[in-house]
Amino acid sequence: MHNETPPPAGNGSWTPRIVAFFCNWCTYTAADLAGVSRMKYAANTRTIRVMCSGRIDPQFIVEAFAKGADGVLIGGCHPNDCHYAEGNYKMLRRFALLKRLLKDLGIAEARLRLEWISAAEGEKVKSVINDMVAKLTVLGPLDVPGKVADWDRELSQLVAAADAAPVEHEVIHA
Amino acid sequence: MPKPKVAFYWCASCGGCEETVVDLAEDILAVVEKVDIVLWPVAMDFKYQDVEAMADQSIFATLLNGAIRSTEQEAMARLLRRKSRYLIAYGSCACTGGIPGLANQFPREQILQFNYEEAPTVVNEKKIRPQLVFEDQGRRPHLPELHQVVRALDQVVDVDYYIPGCPPTPKITKAAVSALLDGRLPPKGAVLAPDIALCEECPRRDSKPADLSFTGFKRTHQKLLDPQLCLLAQGVVCMGPATRQGCGAQCPSGNMPCTGCFGGTDRVKDQGAKMLSSLCANLTAKDENEIDQALEGIPDPVGTFYRYGLAKSLLRRKVDLPSGNGK
Amino acid sequence: MYTPKKHEPVRIGFYICHCGTNIAGMIDVKAVAKYVATLANVVVSRDYKYMCSDPGQEMIVQDIIENRLNRIVVAACSPLLHEHTFREATRRGGLNPFFFQMVNVREHDSWVHTNREEATRKAMALARAAIQRVPLHKPLEVKKVSINPNVLVVGGGIAGIHAALVLANAGKQVYLVERDPTIGGHMAKFDKTFPTLDCAMCVLSPKMAAAGSHPNITLWSYSEVVKVDGFVGNFKVTVRRKPRYVLEDLCTGCQECVEACIYKEPKFRDDFNLGLGKRKPIFLPFPQAIPPVTLIDPETCIELKTGKCKKTCVEACGDRKAIDFKQKEELREITVGTIIVATGFQIFDAKRTPYYGYGIYPNVYNSLEVERLVNASGPTGGEIVLRNGQVPKKVAIIHCVGSRDENTNRWCSRVCCLYSLKLAHLIHEHTQAEIYNFYIDIRTPGKGMEEFYCRIAEEGINLIRGRVADVYPDPSDGATGRLIVQAEDTMLDCIMKVPVDMVVLAVGLEPNPDSEKIRRLFNMSCSSEGWFLERHPKLAPVSTFTDGIFLAGCCQGPKDIPDSVAQAGAAAAEAFSLIDKGHIEQEPNTAFVVEAECSGCKSCIPLCPYTAISLLPDKKKAYINEALCKGCGTCVGSCPSGSIVQNLFEDAEIFNEIEGLLAPTSV
Repeated sequence: MHNETPPPAGNGSWTPRIVAFFCNWCTYTAADLAGVSRMKYAANTRTIRVMCSGRIDPQFIVEAFAKGADGVLIGGCHPNDCHYAEGNYKMLRRFALLKRLLKDLGIAEARLRLEWISAAEGEKVKSVINDMVAKLTVLGPLDVPGKVADWDRELSQLVAAADAAPVEHEVIHA
Repeated sequence: MPKPKVAFYWCASCGGCEETVVDLAEDILAVVEKVDIVLWPVAMDFKYQDVEAMADQSIFATLLNGAIRSTEQEAMARLLRRKSRYLIAYGSCACTGGIPGLANQFPREQILQFNYEEAPTVVNEKKIRPQLVFEDQGRRPHLPELHQVVRALDQVVDVDYYIPGCPPTPKITKAAVSALLDGRLPPKGAVLAPDIALCEECPRRDSKPADLSFTGFKRTHQKLLDPQLCLLAQGVVCMGPATRQGCGAQCPSGNMPCTGCFGGTDRVKDQGAKMLSSLCANLTAKDENEIDQALEGIPDPVGTFYRYGLAKSLLRRKVDLPSGNGK
Repeated sequence: MYTPKKHEPVRIGFYICHCGTNIAGMIDVKAVAKYVATLANVVVSRDYKYMCSDPGQEMIVQDIIENRLNRIVVAACSPLLHEHTFREATRRGGLNPFFFQMVNVREHDSWVHTNREEATRKAMALARAAIQRVPLHKPLEVKKVSINPNVLVVGGGIAGIHAALVLANAGKQVYLVERDPTIGGHMAKFDKTFPTLDCAMCVLSPKMAAAGSHPNITLWSYSEVVKVDGFVGNFKVTVRRKPRYVLEDLCTGCQECVEACIYKEPKFRDDFNLGLGKRKPIFLPFPQAIPPVTLIDPETCIELKTGKCKKTCVEACGDRKAIDFKQKEELREITVGTIIVATGFQIFDAKRTPYYGYGIYPNVYNSLEVERLVNASGPTGGEIVLRNGQVPKKVAIIHCVGSRDENTNRWCSRVCCLYSLKLAHLIHEHTQAEIYNFYIDIRTPGKGMEEFYCRIAEEGINLIRGRVADVYPDPSDGATGRLIVQAEDTMLDCIMKVPVDMVVLAVGLEPNPDSEKIRRLFNMSCSSEGWFLERHPKLAPVSTFTDGIFLAGCCQGPKDIPDSVAQAGAAAAEAFSLIDKGHIEQEPNTAFVVEAECSGCKSCIPLCPYTAISLLPDKKKAYINEALCKGCGTCVGSCPSGSIVQNLFEDAEIFNEIEGLLAPTSV
């Protein structure tokens, strides 16, 4: 498992974007611990906090990929330690089938990852993220929005989404 | 006062939606009396030029069924959009891509190859494929080209209303048409079927236990189904909990599980993912191997959860397929 | 409180904190503020040195008022640290505090990344996610749940007794439920306690008596908790009271029934004395038992087994009529607001280390058995006498049996070195025997403990640093039961084979065998070893993750009597603090079913571990009891028609966050 922090990508070159769903009691706290301990790891994840990994609707995972994530990382409590008794088991079961479904839809298994990280395992947050970034860097970008835009070029007239006209608002700077 | 003009058109479809219109039976006469049908390829002769000659928005309502997967279908969808005041996606194919949407799991080339060369009953040693353009004594007939991607109607043009179902029932068709003619329409973009899942109108609902958990799944050919008991309780995947009602639970009444043709409710962005979530959450197994074993009864998750909705799902298509744009 | 009208435009105030250089040292905070200013709905976008300071918070308050803001986003440290602070500031500005969203750009960004450009880009993405989420926030109210003033203490050992007395003295009604027929726990079995060598029962028995007679304590001995429903402030507990066949209210503890029993001599295994002594079918567990009521063992009493006894006990009881062979078990239901779990420990079963000979050779004892031998009210009247009647002249005490051992239990049981030294002293005092203590390390932390160690060492005990490898019969003297203890003396660097008459195993402490069952009853977590889990190892050692349930004593981890009592007092204080406040505030992140949308598919009902979801029988729709819902959101993620909503974590809010995270952020 890769543990070293990968070097930052040079200007403009692609680096994976990972959406992470962390449960409040275990993984989010572990990530905070990694921060307090000043551990260093790759900057590719963006975290969404939920109370329990059981809250994670597969729609969120699929939407993350559809909106451009190269990888999705889910962090929950170890089996038997879920703060809400069994929420993590529900996530585990969904993960088992979702993995297969995504593979059938062309998304490599390595892009969706489920890890059990307890509140004391700051080190694991670092190593999991570094490892996932390394593996996704090899796999390359997924870029579903780019692909969809490409598919839709075959239509005779692309219906351009009208951007909302910029609202005139005062912006106050410190 | 001239009768409102109404059009029916079919794209990548099976003809079942047209059957529903016919199935309106005596009611169809009432419909025919109140409206002027200007386009109905399955039943009447017409030419595209006739449609092009109509004034924009002169057709009061067009019920368009079938998915959009060829250049001709795309062109007609755009044409009818221009010529119609209300364009209604009629049936699952137009609403969410339908069964043809499942072709989004394969590259176009693979589909053509199978159909023209590899299918068991095809004899085509020279591997002849239909051409898009053909020279014949100074005439140049052309065939529409298959798109790479199967699309629902609203992925091509702006749609006013949706009547779901594979096919829609005569009942909801009649209700929608009456509402149209009477001017009692919900806000634009509405699906003209109740926004609540099928279980609520299913006669088997009371037989479903409140503590149901799954140790495995069977497919419908693998067991004799009890006609009274909830199908999920019998270990068969029934999409009812994730599917809009309005069909009167026809499939469960016919001793078959719901397969999801009315699509998901308004609150749901991806019907397939939601059903997957619910079924998996209710598994009994906690051990990874046991979980995988229990899920073996769902060998084809795409076909099971996205049977009618792949084209409108969040990912729409198998993402590593070519776009055909030379990239 | 300001409540925005339904279609009022959203006006967001965004603040990014420098946190000195903690954030600003790695993230270009001005660039982030400038970027966020370009986003839709943002009216104010500032950076500031210390947002959590008074002036920082005041800035939020003033901006809300002056700029008619109706949403606030702060990018700073972890929400687990300051979410509450900024919600309060939002509230002081006149807004509902839940119109606030926090962005973690310190613990999750500036502190863990090394490239400024990447860290800044990440901060922009995280901020954007919050900016897109916060417009959907709803005005929510904190849940207030009232607290029933009664307390349940589970377990009547020293910890449970102390907690019960503290609360009872404060005027609270306490139910003290103990599984054994008497309270006292393990301490009642000890002879003298370290480091002062004062007599355990002398210290314990006044507390036991106080607990037994306190007007505010309802003591239910020989009883077990079988069901716990409800939630903090309102636990509905079912207790099973096992039949003693002797009525507690009528028995005076005279023990004439025991004297008169048809069995002239005690014949049956006495559990209190760990099988070293015998008792009759009707018995009092030990002389100072509280309640001082005898009980009848249905397995050995002739009347209960066959119905054909002369019942001399009933005759001896006479007018008091305290014996009732027809007594049945009772289920009693109580309502309490808080629960203190003090269920203690069990000792390590030395049969699991057969190389020490426990259960194989008659002269091998565990430490608790030796406590009973040494105790004046024990089976041998305080004489150290082996099973063959001999008084030992040489005794080995083996430390760390079932502790600090990869093959059995990895942890250190905290008390064994101290009690082993104590037993060395007591055995020597009683028998003048030569004592050998075999240890890995001598661990004697605590007040007066080091001094105790020195005192014992100076008494001439042989302290040998070396783990005992084997205990086997002396080949030269098998008849007397003599044993050889073989160990490496790591200081002298030689293998020793010491012939002894008695081997004492210093067994470690373990969680009770039914701790898994107990923890599920109270919805507590366990550590990987099986001890009940405290909420935080340093800052919350007596509370659990379940509000209203506290821990005291060894059930949370091995500890000595002073620490058990201290922890029990702490648990009682925290329970008292809740009761005194009168109510508890809970984060409003509960889920609710939208009745009009629910199809009654019942898929959600089995999902809730708190049984908060039920089916309304008339409407046939699912319903979530808000008081029971803990806000995990599992039902929300599972509902196949999207008809359940979780406050603070709605689908739309999370979808917006996802979109915000992934949108392009180039400035």
